[in-house]
Amino acid sequence: MANYIAPVVLTVVIAFIASALLSLAAKFMAVPVDETAVAIRNQLPGANCGACGFAGCDDYAAALAADPEGIKTNLCVPGADGVAAAIAAILGQEALDVIEQVANVRCSGDCKATKSEMDYQGLKTCAAVKGFFGGPGVCKYGCIGFGDCERACPYGAIQVCNGLARVNREVCVGCGMCASVCPQQIIDIIADVKRVYVGCNSADKGKDTTKACSAGCIGCKLCEKECKFDAIHVVNNHAVIDPDKCKNCGLCAKKCPKKVIHVFPKPNVKPFVKVDAAS
Amino acid sequence: MSLTAAFYIVLSAIITNNYVLSKFLGICPFLGVSKKLDNAMGMSVAVIIVMVIATAVTWPIQTYLLDKKGIGYMQTIVFILVIAALVQMIEIFLKKYIPSLHKALGIYLPLITTNCAVLGVCVLNIDNEYNFLQSILNAFGSGVGFTLAMFLFAGVRSKIETNDYPEAFKGIASTLVAASITSLCFLGFSGMLEKIFGM
Repeated sequence: MANYIAPVVLTVVIAFIASALLSLAAKFMAVPVDETAVAIRNQLPGANCGACGFAGCDDYAAALAADPEGIKTNLCVPGADGVAAAIAAILGQEALDVIEQVANVRCSGDCKATKSEMDYQGLKTCAAVKGFFGGPGVCKYGCIGFGDCERACPYGAIQVCNGLARVNREVCVGCGMCASVCPQQIIDIIADVKRVYVGCNSADKGKDTTKACSAGCIGCKLCEKECKFDAIHVVNNHAVIDPDKCKNCGLCAKKCPKKVIHVFPKPNVKPFVKVDAAS
Repeated sequence: MSLTAAFYIVLSAIITNNYVLSKFLGICPFLGVSKKLDNAMGMSVAVIIVMVIATAVTWPIQTYLLDKKGIGYMQTIVFILVIAALVQMIEIFLKKYIPSLHKALGIYLPLITTNCAVLGVCVLNIDNEYNFLQSILNAFGSGVGFTLAMFLFAGVRSKIETNDYPEAFKGIASTLVAASITSLCFLGFSGMLEKIFGM
């Protein structure tokens, strides 16, 4: 009998001491939890996509709870207006509409415009081929076209057509999954209201870009001169639009000699048809 | 204990007696968390911290409590109990006083509660009849060895992912084959340290 008592007593005593210490520690070293942050976190979808500009839903909720005046309540893109309204209600603010975001591919080099310089036989993913002499294309900056973005997209909103990734703006929710897997980093997440974009990312000089691709920005700066709002500038040998200044006028697109600045039509607007005055 | 002996214990724990690649302990986090270097880093740091602290607590319990009472066979159950409570304690402490470290270690700290590598270090310290200082050194070396294995394997895995290999080997099969080859490489170290230190 004595053989059993010592181990049993010992285990019980150790367990008792451990539980007593733990409960004391939990009581005295408890970290106060911000109830507002928890309430906001419960409203967020929990996708941790980072579209709000924070590291995840927890981070956004904590930042909002800490600084409700400075940080906007409408940053959660997947949650849309419903979540924004719920958060605004928790914080006692006026509800703001969510500015929807979409992915945008900064390349116009489909297989008509540019060529590949090798007969690549390996694994058909952009990430794999990028490590192999920078990709099969003559242009080392543009879309590779093996569709890593297509596989990453949970909504089927981005597809490779003719060797170039294209976004369906109707379906895209702007989660940024495609942008994070693109090894060329040519996919941007922009506000859906921005309709003008530069379809080239080449940092080569104009002469080399022309050799590589017929749809490449040559850095002629005609768009820069045309823009009334100081919104477009040639940086790194290609034009870049400042989304905060751009007013969607499309003058730069008309002027572009290489036609690499594209304008999306306004949603729900019929295309403008010229009516002959004589008839 | 001479400096040479201390070096011998640490180096042999890192290289020849590597917990993951030679003793096959702690395989679960080794396969689960080695996909990305960032995650491997968090897990490894957590393992080093917990291994050292767990050894510092379990060694006195074994020597001054279990062996004195002649109930050394209670080792496993008592150690599990103590380590589990200890990890919880560390987590509460970090959350309160070093929140940045708590955030960096994240989910990995509670995961280690039931990691066999941690228990293995504590038990093997007793089996090898190390004294307190030697045990601490061995625990630290084992943690560093775990880190080394994790980092090596994270590199191997990222290399595997961008290669073309048969469909049948996709996923866990290729990972296990790669792990066994990495483990074979470490077999090449056996006997090396004994020759260097003349032990």
